[in-house]
Amino acid sequence: MADETKAPEAPAASEGHSQRPPSRGPRPGGGPGGPREGGRKYFRRKKVCKFCVEKIENINYKDVRLLAQFVAESGKIVPRRLTGVCTPHQRRLSSAIKIARNIALLPFAGRAM
Amino acid sequence: MRNRTRLRFLEKKRMNRTYELMFIVRPDMAEEDLDKLISTLETAVSSSGGTMKNVEKMGKRRLAYTVRRFHDGMYILLTVEGSGGLIHELERRLRVTEPVLKFISVRIDEEQKRLDKIKAIRDARKKVSAAPAAAAPAADGGETTPAAV
Repeated sequence: MADETKAPEAPAASEGHSQRPPSRGPRPGGGPGGPREGGRKYFRRKKVCKFCVEKIENINYKDVRLLAQFVAESGKIVPRRLTGVCTPHQRRLSSAIKIARNIALLPFAGRAM
Repeated sequence: MRNRTRLRFLEKKRMNRTYELMFIVRPDMAEEDLDKLISTLETAVSSSGGTMKNVEKMGKRRLAYTVRRFHDGMYILLTVEGSGGLIHELERRLRVTEPVLKFISVRIDEEQKRLDKIKAIRDARKKVSAAPAAAAPAADGGETTPAAV
Protein backbone atom coordinates (compact mmCIF):
# COMPACT_ATOMS: atom_id res chain seq x y z
CA MET A 1 0.00 0.00 0.00
CA ALA A 2 2.76 2.36 0.85
CA ASP A 3 4.41 1.68 -2.50
CA GLU A 4 1.23 2.40 -4.38
CA THR A 5 0.79 5.78 -2.81
CA LYS A 6 4.41 6.68 -3.32
CA ALA A 7 4.62 5.71 -6.99
CA PRO A 8 2.23 8.27 -8.48
CA GLU A 9 3.70 11.01 -6.34
CA ALA A 10 7.26 10.48 -7.44
CA PRO A 11 6.89 11.23 -11.18
CA ALA A 12 4.78 14.29 -10.48
CA ALA A 13 7.37 15.60 -8.09
CA SER A 14 10.22 15.02 -10.50
CA GLU A 15 8.25 16.50 -13.37
CA GLY A 16 7.46 19.65 -11.52
CA HIS A 17 10.97 20.01 -10.23
CA SER A 18 12.46 22.21 -12.88
CA GLN A 19 9.35 23.77 -14.27
CA ARG A 20 6.58 24.94 -12.10
CA PRO A 21 3.60 24.94 -11.86
CA PRO A 22 3.57 21.15 -11.79
CA SER A 23 -0.13 20.53 -11.65
CA ARG A 24 -1.16 22.26 -14.88
CA GLY A 25 -1.84 19.06 -16.71
CA PRO A 26 -0.62 18.20 -20.21
CA ARG A 27 1.06 20.87 -22.27
CA PRO A 28 -1.08 22.25 -25.07
CA GLY A 29 1.68 22.49 -27.60
CA GLY A 30 -0.55 23.98 -30.27
CA GLY A 31 -2.79 26.28 -28.35
CA PRO A 32 -1.46 29.54 -27.04
CA GLY A 33 -3.62 31.10 -24.41
CA GLY A 34 -4.19 27.72 -22.92
CA PRO A 35 -7.34 26.23 -21.54
CA ARG A 36 -7.37 28.75 -18.73
CA GLU A 37 -7.05 32.48 -18.85
CA GLY A 38 -5.28 32.65 -15.55
CA GLY A 39 -2.36 30.54 -16.73
CA ARG A 40 -0.25 33.37 -18.07
CA LYS A 41 3.11 31.82 -17.38
CA TYR A 42 2.48 28.92 -19.70
CA PHE A 43 4.47 27.95 -22.75
CA ARG A 44 2.85 30.78 -24.61
CA ARG A 45 5.53 32.29 -26.77
CA LYS A 46 7.56 29.10 -27.18
CA LYS A 47 10.75 30.87 -26.24
CA VAL A 48 13.96 29.37 -27.49
CA CYS A 49 17.21 29.23 -25.62
CA LYS A 50 19.26 32.24 -26.60
CA PHE A 51 22.51 30.36 -26.14
CA CYS A 52 21.46 27.45 -28.29
CA VAL A 53 20.29 29.70 -31.09
CA GLU A 54 23.27 32.01 -31.16
CA LYS A 55 25.65 29.16 -30.35
CA ILE A 56 27.24 31.00 -27.46
CA GLU A 57 29.21 28.40 -25.61
CA ASN A 58 31.42 30.51 -23.42
CA ILE A 59 29.25 31.86 -20.64
CA ASN A 60 31.87 33.77 -18.71
CA TYR A 61 31.40 35.58 -15.45
CA LYS A 62 33.26 38.51 -16.98
CA ASP A 63 30.79 39.58 -19.64
CA VAL A 64 28.41 41.44 -17.41
CA ARG A 65 26.23 42.66 -20.26
CA LEU A 66 25.32 39.14 -21.26
CA LEU A 67 24.67 38.07 -17.70
CA ALA A 68 22.69 41.17 -16.83
CA GLN A 69 20.05 40.20 -19.39
CA PHE A 70 19.14 37.25 -17.21
CA VAL A 71 19.10 39.12 -13.93
CA ALA A 72 16.01 40.96 -12.73
CA GLU A 73 16.03 44.52 -11.47
CA SER A 74 16.06 43.26 -7.94
CA GLY A 75 19.24 41.35 -8.72
CA LYS A 76 17.55 37.96 -8.69
CA ILE A 77 18.37 35.36 -11.34
CA VAL A 78 15.39 35.04 -13.68
CA PRO A 79 13.97 31.50 -13.80
CA ARG A 80 14.30 29.66 -17.05
CA ARG A 81 10.60 29.33 -17.61
CA LEU A 82 10.56 33.08 -18.20
CA THR A 83 13.70 33.38 -20.27
CA GLY A 84 13.40 30.12 -22.18
CA VAL A 85 16.98 29.07 -21.55
CA CYS A 86 17.66 25.38 -21.65
CA THR A 87 18.76 23.56 -18.53
CA PRO A 88 22.50 23.07 -19.08
CA HIS A 89 22.88 26.67 -20.15
CA GLN A 90 20.82 27.87 -17.24
CA ARG A 91 23.08 26.00 -14.85
CA ARG A 92 26.20 27.51 -16.35
CA LEU A 93 24.59 30.89 -16.45
CA SER A 94 23.63 30.84 -12.80
CA SER A 95 27.06 29.72 -11.66
CA ALA A 96 28.58 32.50 -13.76
CA ILE A 97 26.18 34.99 -12.20
CA LYS A 98 27.10 33.79 -8.73
CA ILE A 99 30.80 34.23 -9.46
CA ALA A 100 30.12 37.68 -10.86
CA ARG A 101 28.19 38.58 -7.74
CA ASN A 102 31.11 37.56 -5.58
CA ILE A 103 33.51 39.78 -7.46
CA ALA A 104 31.12 42.76 -7.36
CA LEU A 105 30.35 42.78 -11.06
CA LEU A 106 26.71 42.09 -10.35
CA PRO A 107 24.78 43.02 -7.23
CA PHE A 108 23.41 40.52 -4.80
CA ALA A 109 20.32 42.63 -4.30
CA GLY A 110 19.41 45.68 -6.38
CA ARG A 111 16.46 47.36 -4.85
CA ALA A 112 15.38 45.40 -1.80
CA MET A 113 12.09 43.90 -2.93
CA MET B 1 49.43 -2.12 -12.13
CA ARG B 2 52.26 -0.60 -10.23
CA ASN B 3 53.36 1.30 -13.28
CA ARG B 4 49.90 2.71 -13.82
CA THR B 5 49.60 4.01 -10.31
CA ARG B 6 53.04 5.53 -10.51
CA LEU B 7 52.13 7.17 -13.77
CA ARG B 8 48.97 8.62 -12.30
CA PHE B 9 50.91 9.92 -9.32
CA LEU B 10 53.44 11.56 -11.57
CA GLU B 11 50.71 13.00 -13.74
CA LYS B 12 49.08 14.55 -10.74
CA LYS B 13 52.33 16.19 -9.83
CA ARG B 14 52.53 17.79 -13.23
CA MET B 15 51.30 21.33 -13.03
CA ASN B 16 48.89 21.85 -15.85
CA ARG B 17 45.99 23.62 -14.23
CA THR B 18 45.07 27.00 -15.54
CA TYR B 19 43.47 29.49 -13.22
CA GLU B 20 42.05 32.93 -13.63
CA LEU B 21 42.64 35.11 -10.63
CA MET B 22 40.67 38.31 -10.58
CA PHE B 23 41.11 40.80 -7.81
CA ILE B 24 39.94 44.29 -6.99
CA VAL B 25 42.28 46.91 -5.65
CA ARG B 26 41.20 50.11 -3.99
CA PRO B 27 40.87 52.92 -6.55
CA ASP B 28 43.22 55.33 -4.81
CA MET B 29 46.16 52.99 -5.06
CA ALA B 30 49.16 54.31 -6.95
CA GLU B 31 50.06 52.78 -10.27
CA GLU B 32 53.57 51.90 -9.17
CA ASP B 33 52.36 50.16 -6.04
CA LEU B 34 50.04 48.15 -8.19
CA ASP B 35 52.89 47.18 -10.49
CA LYS B 36 54.95 46.25 -7.46
CA LEU B 37 52.17 44.02 -6.24
CA ILE B 38 51.83 42.35 -9.61
CA SER B 39 55.55 41.73 -9.84
CA THR B 40 55.53 40.21 -6.34
CA LEU B 41 52.84 37.85 -7.47
CA GLU B 42 54.80 37.05 -10.59
CA THR B 43 57.86 36.10 -8.62
CA ALA B 44 55.73 33.93 -6.38
CA VAL B 45 54.34 32.21 -9.44
CA SER B 46 57.69 31.55 -11.03
CA SER B 47 59.28 30.42 -7.79
CA SER B 48 56.61 27.77 -7.40
CA GLY B 49 57.28 26.60 -10.91
CA GLY B 50 54.24 28.01 -12.62
CA THR B 51 53.86 30.48 -15.43
CA MET B 52 51.99 33.72 -15.52
CA LYS B 53 50.25 33.65 -18.81
CA ASN B 54 48.54 36.98 -18.87
CA VAL B 55 48.11 40.12 -16.82
CA GLU B 56 45.20 42.34 -17.69
CA LYS B 57 44.37 45.55 -15.93
CA MET B 58 40.72 45.97 -16.55
CA GLY B 59 40.72 49.49 -15.23
CA LYS B 60 38.53 51.31 -12.81
CA ARG B 61 34.97 50.10 -12.61
CA ARG B 62 32.01 50.92 -10.53
CA LEU B 63 31.35 48.19 -8.00
CA ALA B 64 27.92 46.64 -7.87
CA TYR B 65 27.86 47.08 -4.11
CA THR B 66 29.94 48.85 -1.52
CA VAL B 67 33.03 46.97 -0.48
CA ARG B 68 34.86 48.29 2.53
CA ARG B 69 33.18 51.66 1.91
CA PHE B 70 34.48 51.92 -1.66
CA HIS B 71 32.19 52.42 -4.63
CA ASP B 72 34.82 51.94 -7.35
CA GLY B 73 37.74 49.66 -7.75
CA MET B 74 40.58 48.73 -10.06
CA TYR B 75 40.09 45.30 -11.52
CA ILE B 76 43.05 43.13 -12.40
CA LEU B 77 42.89 39.76 -14.07
CA LEU B 78 45.74 37.28 -13.97
CA THR B 79 45.87 34.06 -15.90
CA VAL B 80 48.17 31.64 -14.17
CA GLU B 81 49.23 28.15 -15.01
CA GLY B 82 50.37 26.02 -12.13
CA SER B 83 49.38 23.68 -9.38
CA GLY B 84 46.71 24.10 -6.76
CA GLY B 85 49.28 24.91 -4.12
CA LEU B 86 50.42 27.86 -6.18
CA ILE B 87 46.94 29.35 -6.21
CA HIS B 88 46.70 28.77 -2.50
CA GLU B 89 49.88 30.78 -2.04
CA LEU B 90 48.69 33.61 -4.29
CA GLU B 91 45.40 33.83 -2.48
CA ARG B 92 47.17 33.92 0.84
CA ARG B 93 49.25 36.85 -0.36
CA LEU B 94 46.25 38.69 -1.68
CA ARG B 95 44.35 38.18 1.52
CA VAL B 96 47.19 39.76 3.45
CA THR B 97 47.70 42.69 1.08
CA GLU B 98 45.83 45.64 2.43
CA PRO B 99 44.74 47.46 -0.77
CA VAL B 100 43.17 44.32 -2.21
CA LEU B 101 39.44 44.42 -1.59
CA LYS B 102 38.24 41.19 -3.13
CA PHE B 103 39.65 38.32 -5.11
CA ILE B 104 38.36 35.23 -6.76
CA SER B 105 40.14 32.39 -8.51
CA VAL B 106 38.46 30.23 -11.09
CA ARG B 107 39.86 27.10 -12.62
CA ILE B 108 39.55 27.30 -16.36
CA ASP B 109 41.47 24.42 -17.91
CA GLU B 110 38.53 22.02 -17.87
CA GLU B 111 36.26 24.65 -19.30
CA GLN B 112 38.84 25.48 -21.93
CA LYS B 113 39.05 21.83 -22.89
CA ARG B 114 35.31 21.69 -23.34
CA LEU B 115 35.27 24.86 -25.44
CA ASP B 116 38.10 23.64 -27.63
CA LYS B 117 36.30 20.37 -28.16
CA ILE B 118 33.14 22.13 -29.24
CA LYS B 119 35.09 24.41 -31.49
CA ALA B 120 36.86 21.43 -33.06
CA ILE B 121 33.55 19.72 -33.71
CA ARG B 122 32.12 22.86 -35.23
CA ASP B 123 35.13 23.43 -37.44
CA ALA B 124 35.06 19.85 -38.60
CA ARG B 125 31.40 20.24 -39.46
CA LYS B 126 32.08 23.40 -41.39
CA LYS B 127 34.82 21.73 -43.38
CA VAL B 128 32.53 18.89 -44.33
CA SER B 129 29.88 21.28 -45.54
CA ALA B 130 32.38 23.61 -47.19
CA ALA B 131 33.84 20.91 -49.46
CA PRO B 132 30.66 20.05 -51.41
CA ALA B 133 29.68 23.72 -51.43
CA ALA B 134 32.94 24.64 -53.09
CA ALA B 135 32.52 21.88 -55.65
CA ALA B 136 28.98 22.83 -56.58
CA PRO B 137 28.45 26.50 -55.78
CA ALA B 138 25.12 26.74 -57.60
CA ALA B 139 23.53 23.98 -55.59
CA ASP B 140 21.20 25.03 -52.79
CA GLY B 141 22.94 28.23 -51.86
CA GLY B 142 23.88 28.63 -48.25
CA GLU B 143 23.19 25.34 -46.64
CA THR B 144 25.04 25.54 -43.41
CA THR B 145 25.38 22.35 -41.44
CA PRO B 146 24.67 18.81 -42.48
CA ALA B 147 22.09 16.87 -40.52
CA ALA B 148 24.41 15.60 -37.84
CA VAL B 149 23.15 15.87 -34.21
